[in-house]
Amino acid sequence: MPDLSYVRSEMLPERAPPASQVGIVGWARANLFNGIGNSILTVLSLVFLWYVLAAILPWVFAPTWSKGSLNECREVFAADGGHGAACWGVIRERWVQLMFGFYPEAERWRPVLAFGLLFVALIPVLFNMISRRMNWVLLLVVLGLAGVYLGGVLGIIVGLALLGAAAFVGFKAFTTSKEDRAAEIASGVKRLPNPLFFSALYPFIAPWLLWGGTIWMPVGAALGFVISVLAYRSLLPFVGNLAGLIIAVVAALVWWLLLTAPFAGGLHTIIPIGLEPVESRDFGGFMLSITIGVVAIACSLPIGIVLALGRQSDLLIVKALCVGFIEFIRGVPLITLLFVASTLLNIFMPPGTNFDIILRVLIMVTLFAAAYMAEVVRGGLAALPKGQYEAADALGLDYWKAQRLIIMPQALKISIPGIVSTFIGVFKDTTLVSIIGLLDPLGLTNAIRADQNWNGIVWELYGFIALMFFIFCFLMSRYSMYLERRLRTDHR
Amino acid sequence: MSSITLETHVDRSKMAVSDHIAIEIRNMNKWYGAFHVLRDIDLTVYEGERIVIAGPSGSGKSTLIRCINRLEEHQEGQIIVDGTELTSDLKNVDKVRSEVGMVFQHFNLFPHLTILENCTLAPIWVRKTPRKEAEEIAMHFLEKVKIPEQAHKFPGMLSGGQQQRVAIARSLCMKPRIMLFDEPTSALDPEMIKEVLETMVELAEEGMTMLCVTHEMGFAKEVANRVIFMDAGQIVEQNEPNEFFNNPQNERTKLFLSQIL
Ligand SMILES: Nc1ncnc2c1ncn2[C@@H]1O[C@H](COP(=O)(O)OP(=O)(O)OP(=O)(O)O)[C@@H](O)[C@H]1O
Ligand SMILES: [Mg+2]
Repeated sequence: MPDLSYVRSEMLPERAPPASQVGIVGWARANLFNGIGNSILTVLSLVFLWYVLAAILPWVFAPTWSKGSLNECREVFAADGGHGAACWGVIRERWVQLMFGFYPEAERWRPVLAFGLLFVALIPVLFNMISRRMNWVLLLVVLGLAGVYLGGVLGIIVGLALLGAAAFVGFKAFTTSKEDRAAEIASGVKRLPNPLFFSALYPFIAPWLLWGGTIWMPVGAALGFVISVLAYRSLLPFVGNLAGLIIAVVAALVWWLLLTAPFAGGLHTIIPIGLEPVESRDFGGFMLSITIGVVAIACSLPIGIVLALGRQSDLLIVKALCVGFIEFIRGVPLITLLFVASTLLNIFMPPGTNFDIILRVLIMVTLFAAAYMAEVVRGGLAALPKGQYEAADALGLDYWKAQRLIIMPQALKISIPGIVSTFIGVFKDTTLVSIIGLLDPLGLTNAIRADQNWNGIVWELYGFIALMFFIFCFLMSRYSMYLERRLRTDHR
Repeated sequence: MSSITLETHVDRSKMAVSDHIAIEIRNMNKWYGAFHVLRDIDLTVYEGERIVIAGPSGSGKSTLIRCINRLEEHQEGQIIVDGTELTSDLKNVDKVRSEVGMVFQHFNLFPHLTILENCTLAPIWVRKTPRKEAEEIAMHFLEKVKIPEQAHKFPGMLSGGQQQRVAIARSLCMKPRIMLFDEPTSALDPEMIKEVLETMVELAEEGMTMLCVTHEMGFAKEVANRVIFMDAGQIVEQNEPNEFFNNPQNERTKLFLSQIL
């Protein structure tokens, strides 16, 4: 009979892993040269990479930035031995146009400011770690720079004052530690308003900056929401929830469609404050792509959520409407919707009405994106276990509270990759507007190549546009990964 | 069938059954499509009762207690909870649901919220309790189920037994007058079953009205004042536990008991 008993006499100390497992060598072993097949693949890939880069890099790094025409570039290539390369002069000469289209030169600060403010407005929505005060500092800096840029005695004084205020708040924010600040707040020190307040105002500020006109127009548009909320609140004691909601929506629509224009016009004759109006047909370049993209992205998510909920609804008519809408829009190419927007809609309009072309395109792109969004959100809803609905019901939460507090936060979290893919798709689809004659960057390439100097240029323009789109789409993609990490609550 | 022995001695001093009616079910019938799942259910539950519902799988136990807070709708008869009849009137439904706590087999905690937020959500949004007060109440009940130190973790980081105790605390935060349990320990390991059962015993000792679907016959013997046996959608037999286990009358009950004991 063998002896099966064993007793350890001393415990083993901890040891470092062997050298082949750590450091660069360990990493390369594990990831690049892990077995013969793997090593061959690594070497082949490196060779391939080298060939590609050897072909592309000399093309990219051509000393043609300052050239004024394709012919001048060709002279450089000829002197250099005849190898073709990129002719970057076209970008230097035309990048402003690629950014702004034919937006009047004197007014270009407005889209730039709107773009800067977009970031200020987005930060509190997208990130929750940035402090309240730093967000206000950013806002003050952007506005201050705009004031200084605009110049004039008033502009410079106001601009410098804003920058000074920014420096003051920023200095205080930097010099008080987090704990001190928390103590200050606990002791009842007045805080700056929540920056989301500015984010909520941004949708009214940005169109005004872009299209100009009287300031009373955005004020009137914002008042529509106030009226709607007031109507809802004051009627709620007398009518049901649904009736109140319908009346609120109708009140807002009546105000916007019938009363806002006279309201704004009237006030403008009394207090004329406004910006030089800019026509929609002067919009172009990335400014146009970003405008359409941002609006469609921002509006498609809430509309998509409503459609997804409608599709799940027990109310037969609501459900049928939502399904019909989603299936119809998804079954039609975006380009046909854009053609409808550009030509057909005019037929249905009473003669003489001027329904802005960009607004029409915005509506179509938004509806298109919303239909896709609805399906993405529905996927998230379907992935939630039934127990979540039951737990919410059992606690006495009503439908809307359960949706807002329990269901949607989880469904949207599950759907983040799909939602962001849709966002990226929408942003890239904005290039389709060139087909109905809007001058987005792709539309502008034709105009640029019609120029004698640049006739025949292709790669440089499309390469530049592709790079710009890539930057935006890549940022969105990275943001979605960051968000998924931030919202992760299990310890996988 | 597992039967965990409860180590704590059950203190029956406060377990008094009053003659106030908590739940009254009269001649209730329910169908799933054409399938007659609950048949002529008559049941009166008095305040302070601890009722254990047993029966073979598919006999309609879950469906019955889910009808009591209208997670399922009944088609015939009446269900009156604490004086409020359950009809399609949503106001009544919400009223009943905020008075009746429910604990599920799979806990159904909200994974995107911390333990504390799970517990304060309903008091804040349904009862309109101020956040601070709601958090104090939540901590009180988390201490009661012996996991106050987990308050700021997420449900995914807790063991099954801890999650189920959080689920009980979450229901208690609404200060319910009646608690429903649907197999609260069936998804747990033996060690965890014990900690959850002990929590439930404490609750019973404080006089809570409880309806509990469970296979823990030890719990039924120690804590229940009445055991209901269901089969094929009907109440086949009910009695106080001693009689029920030692002297079953119906053949089906005898068969069932011979299989599980
Ligand atoms: N949503 C539903 N639709 C149709 N039939 C259902 C549904 N839910 C349950 N049933 C059926 O109703 C019957 C009773 O189900 P119930 O869940 O109440 O049984 P149970 O006694 O709780 O069983 P278990 O011990 O397995 O939990 C079963 O035959 C089941 O298949
Ligand atoms: Mg069941």
